[in-house]
Amino acid sequence: MALFEAHQLHKRFGDQVVLESITLSFEEKQLTGIMGPNGAGKTTCFNVLTGRYAPDRGSVTFAGEDITGLTPRQIARRGLSRSFQIMNLFDDETTLDNVLVALPSVREQGFSMWRDLGRFSRGRELAMAVLDRVGLAGKASAMAGALSYGERRALEIGVALATDPRLLFLDEPTAGLGAEGTARVAELIAQLKRELTIVVIEHDMRFLFGLADKINVIHWGQVIAEGTPAQLRHNPWVQRSNLGMLA
Amino acid sequence: MLSSSRHAALVPLPLLVTVAVLASTPLWLSKVGLYQYLALEIMIWMLFALGHNLLLGYGGLPSFGHGAYFGIGAYAFGLLQLRGGAGLVLGVLGAVAAAGIAGALVGAFISHRRGIYYALLTIAFGQLAWFVAGKWHTVTGGEDGLLNIKRPDLSLGFVDIALKSNEAFFYFALAVFALVLVALWRLVHSPFGRILRAIKQNEMRAAFVGHNVWLYKWLAFILSTAIAGLAGSLFAMAQQSAYPNVMSLHNSGFVVMMVLIGGGLVSFWGPVIGALIFILARDLLGAYTETWLLWYGLVFIVMVLFQPDGVAGAWQAWRARCATRGTERRGTATLATQIKET
Repeated sequence: MALFEAHQLHKRFGDQVVLESITLSFEEKQLTGIMGPNGAGKTTCFNVLTGRYAPDRGSVTFAGEDITGLTPRQIARRGLSRSFQIMNLFDDETTLDNVLVALPSVREQGFSMWRDLGRFSRGRELAMAVLDRVGLAGKASAMAGALSYGERRALEIGVALATDPRLLFLDEPTAGLGAEGTARVAELIAQLKRELTIVVIEHDMRFLFGLADKINVIHWGQVIAEGTPAQLRHNPWVQRSNLGMLA
Repeated sequence: MLSSSRHAALVPLPLLVTVAVLASTPLWLSKVGLYQYLALEIMIWMLFALGHNLLLGYGGLPSFGHGAYFGIGAYAFGLLQLRGGAGLVLGVLGAVAAAGIAGALVGAFISHRRGIYYALLTIAFGQLAWFVAGKWHTVTGGEDGLLNIKRPDLSLGFVDIALKSNEAFFYFALAVFALVLVALWRLVHSPFGRILRAIKQNEMRAAFVGHNVWLYKWLAFILSTAIAGLAGSLFAMAQQSAYPNVMSLHNSGFVVMMVLIGGGLVSFWGPVIGALIFILARDLLGAYTETWLLWYGLVFIVMVLFQPDGVAGAWQAWRARCATRGTERRGTATLATQIKET
C-alpha cells in the first residue's frame, strides 16, 4: 500500500470547480512530481492534501490513517510537512531560530514557560544540522528577513525539513531561482530522495524529469496523465506541450 | 529585535537596575519634589503594561480593551475584602483568578482572530465590562464604585507587617512587581514565548509545523489578563477604591500608548520605559497645564511617525550605530598597524 493516497478529491470555490476526482498515490521513499500548466490546480491540490482546505468530497489517507479534514497542525504532527511557493518564514527570527521553533522536540516542550530555549543545546544541534543540509550553516545568526532570495528558498525547505517529516511536499521549490540556484535545489532534493517520501510541484520540467520516479500531470483540475518520466515522454499531452522538446 | 537565539541571562542587568532604582525611591523621591505614591502608581502601570506587551509585542495581538481586566482585578479585590472578608493574599490571588477567568472566557471568543478583528472584539468586550461596572449598582456600587478598600496587613506567620503607609505598601508592591518581572523575562525566552513570537510573525507557518496556534494565543491572553488583574488589585489598594473609570476605553488606550512609546514591539523593557514616561508626563506636564494629554498626544503622533519602535527602538538604533562606528575605528586602526608594519 502506498504511504499516501488521495481518493476522488473534489474541491470547488463558489461555482468554480478547482479539483475534480483527483486520485493520487505516493509510494514510500519515492519522489513524485506534480506538473501542469498555470492555474491547473496544482497548488490547490497541495493545499487540500496538507489540510489548508478541506476537500468537498473524497478522502486522504496517510500511513493507513484517514486524515481527511484534519487541520494542518494535526497533519503536521503525523509526519507530513510542506514548503510554500510564496515564502512563509519567520522573518524577524534568525535563520537558526526559524528551524529551531519547527523542531518536534521544541514543539513538545512548547508549554514550558520557565526553561530558556537558548540553553536547549540538543535543539540547537538539530537545528544546525538542518541548516547544514540546506547549505545555510554559515548564515545561522542572520535574520531570515535579510537573507537573499535563494537563501530564503533554501530556508523554506529547511523549516519544512525541521519537523522531521516522513512525507515532504515541496511547492515549486525552484520558483524564481536562476540556473545555479535550481541546480543547488536539485542537488539537495536528490540527497533527500532515498530518505523520505517527497512530492514536488514544479514548472521546470527538465528539473522534474531528472529527479522524479513518477510524475502526475494535472490539468483542468484532473489528473490527465501519470507514469514514469520515460513513459510520459510518449504521452500525447506531454508531447504537445513544450515538454515534447525534452523527449 | 526582541531577543536573539543565544541564551538569556537568568536575571539581566536592566532588571536589577529597574528594581534597584525603584527600591531606592523612598530615599530621594521627596527631595526632588515628587512623592512616594507616584512611584507606586508608576510601578503598577509598569506591571499592567508588561502584561499587555506579552500580547502586543510578543504575540502581535492588539488588545484595546485591557482596562477591563485591570478593573476586574480591582473590583474582585474590593469585593472579596468588603463582602468576603478576604485578607491580602487571598484578595490578590482572587483578583488574579477573576481577571484570568474573564480572560479565558473572552479569549475563547477571540483567539481564532488576529489584527483588526481581534482589536475590535477586545474593545467590544472591554466596553461590555465597563458598562456592567457602571450599571450593576448592587455589586459594583455603580458610578461611585467600591469605597473604603483597605490595605490589609501582610501576614508572614510569625510577624504581621502593616502596609497602610505608602512606603510600606510600595515595598510590598515592589516585591510583587519583581517576581512578575522575573517570571515574564523567563517566559519570553522559554519555548512558549519563542513559539508565541513565531506565531506573531507567521501564524500559518506555525500551524503547518504543528503548533496549536489557537491554544498559544488563548494562553497568552489569559496570562496577560491575569497580570492586568494583579495590577488592578494593587491599584485598588493604592487608591483604596475601585471605580468604573479604570475600565474605560481611555485607560485601555493609555496602556497601549505606554507600550508603544516605550518600545514594547522591539524590547522587553519598552513597557517599563513607557509607563515611566507616561505617568511622569501626566504629573509634570499636568502640573503646568490641564491640556497635558493634548501635548502628550502630539508627542505620541510624532513618535509613531518618526520613531515607531519607541524609546527602546531609538536606543537600540543608537547602540547599533555606535557598534558599527566602533568596528570602523578598529578597522582603521588595524589598517594603520598594517601600514606601519609594511
